[in-house]
Amino acid sequence: MLQHHFFNMGQQLEASVLGMWVFLVTEVMFFGGLFMAYILYRSMYPDAWLAGSHELNEMLGGINTVVLIFSSLTMALAVRAAQVGSWMGQVVNLILTIIFGTIFLVVKYFEYAAKFEHHLVPGPYFDPARDPAQQLYFSLYFMMTGIHALHMVVGIVLMLIILRMAWKGRFSAEYYGPVEVSGLYWHFVDIVWIFLFPLLYLIGKHH
Amino acid sequence: MSHISSKGLYYTIFGTLIAMTVVTVAIARIDLGALNTPVALAIAAFKATLVILFFMGVKYNTPLTKVVAASGFLWLIILFGITMGDYLTRAWIGFPGR
Repeated sequence: MLQHHFFNMGQQLEASVLGMWVFLVTEVMFFGGLFMAYILYRSMYPDAWLAGSHELNEMLGGINTVVLIFSSLTMALAVRAAQVGSWMGQVVNLILTIIFGTIFLVVKYFEYAAKFEHHLVPGPYFDPARDPAQQLYFSLYFMMTGIHALHMVVGIVLMLIILRMAWKGRFSAEYYGPVEVSGLYWHFVDIVWIFLFPLLYLIGKHH
Repeated sequence: MSHISSKGLYYTIFGTLIAMTVVTVAIARIDLGALNTPVALAIAAFKATLVILFFMGVKYNTPLTKVVAASGFLWLIILFGITMGDYLTRAWIGFPGR
């Protein structure tokens, strides 16, 4: 398992984790551009933001927040299971992580469907009775949650690959880099949602 | 690098994250004036820090990895700070067509 350009397994794992973090920094900047647009347009159209936020389903958003926190727990436990060499622990926790990720996407599907029904999707069918500035809010809502959902899909595919490797017994206390590094990605996607939930769903609740 | 956290630590972090989610939903109902969003962001930042330090294990990583992880958020602050510093001060000099 030790590639020839590393001295030992510890250094190899360290390099993998560092490389993953470099990628995650680019991801932070990628989502950062969208958060920048959110801050700027919210400062310009605060009322449109409050009115738009009122249309989101806080209950579904909250459920998805809890679902993702559960998935992060099972992900952390899957990495730990690999570290202590537990085959069962890895398989069970990876499957649970995949299930939680899938639940998140199913809930998201119902949320999106409701937005289409209520004419809240920006474009020619946007509710004409609403302030057009609200289209900015919903554009950012769909872009931010859509790209986040895309990351979830990528994460689930990644977890299926890792599950297959874990099933074959590829990971051990000495070699668990792929589980660890994929876990970092999964937790990152959870962190994005931790910020999206209050900023999109909760901002108008006190009015 | 090969630090193994106890399951108990993970359950504690999990419980705190769930509790903070409940807190942020509850506080959103109270009118704090201009402070609603800063408070929500502070709670989100606290939750994110817990995930980064313990679930992602940055607390037990090398100093190099810690610096790289922090750099992303440093650049984010620069992005937000300079951009809003521009937009929010444009009206000050009465320049037409901002």
